[in-house]
Amino acid sequence: MLLSAEFPPLSHITNWSAFAGDGQIWEINKIVLVYGFAVLFTILLFTLGNKKKLVPTGAQNLAEMAVEFVEDGIAVETMGKDGKKYVPFLMSLFFFIFFTNIFEVVPVIQMPAAARIAMPMTLALIAYVVYHGAGIRSHGFGYLKHALVPPGVPVALLPLVVLIEFVSKFLVQPFSHTVRLFANLLAGHILLVTFAVLTSALITPKWYAIFAPLPFAGVVFFTAFEVFVSFLQAYVFTLLTGVYINAAQSHEH
Amino acid sequence: MLLAELSNKGVAALTYGLAAIGPGVGIGYLVGQAVQAMARQPESAGMVRTTMFLGIAFVEALALIGFVVFFLAGN
Repeated sequence: MLLSAEFPPLSHITNWSAFAGDGQIWEINKIVLVYGFAVLFTILLFTLGNKKKLVPTGAQNLAEMAVEFVEDGIAVETMGKDGKKYVPFLMSLFFFIFFTNIFEVVPVIQMPAAARIAMPMTLALIAYVVYHGAGIRSHGFGYLKHALVPPGVPVALLPLVVLIEFVSKFLVQPFSHTVRLFANLLAGHILLVTFAVLTSALITPKWYAIFAPLPFAGVVFFTAFEVFVSFLQAYVFTLLTGVYINAAQSHEH
Repeated sequence: MLLAELSNKGVAALTYGLAAIGPGVGIGYLVGQAVQAMARQPESAGMVRTTMFLGIAFVEALALIGFVVFFLAGN
């Protein structure tokens, strides 16, 4: 009975057939649609916040709250006062990730774009260029020394430390930055699918249909939980970008 | 040997379980200490919270890599 409920293979729940241009480079499928919506909403947020009324009302109020959250909660928190020039970048990063994530629980679409590794990887690479760029701008050619040689290391240990720092800063850091967002959203998506499959398997004329409300309650609870996760992962991704920028450009004394 | 009788998927699932132990202990300890810090000094709660999320993000990466490996090995 229950165990015979068929779980769709992974490729089935993350691949979507194309609406148009199948196999072409401009193929339009569900993920592209989610990207489109997310870009639209992010631009909308920026335009709403751009009215510059002295006493904000309605939508402008919301946009200003959002800016304040990113500025105080992320940029200044991680980089101090000079983090303010990164607010536009962090703001677009945060809201693009948040809006693509939230489509995980939007009915009919129900697919987080970050559950396909292309999106988190691209964003992590953009962040990679930005934080190493910030480091080079702030240190010039001395950036490599700044990044690879922590202050106060004995000379004997230097080769080992440089190797470890190189692997962790230039290879592992972008990888874990990607995987954190990707795996969290994929796990959430699979969790929701699991409970939905269980629920639909229990809706039968047999006697054990009385258990159907249990997995359904799971769907409801985890949907609420995934809203929280989409926010948290957008926050963590942006926060880490801020931390990496700060680590790259800071001057230790 | 017991492990040899398990399918590839079974081993992958078992390994994910093992990979989740460390981060589970780590996150529990981390959040517990953060709550203690916030209870002792409520005025520094904001700073503690940010650092806590950062710490969670780093610890959690281990469990998530285990999760990805589970899919790579289990298919």
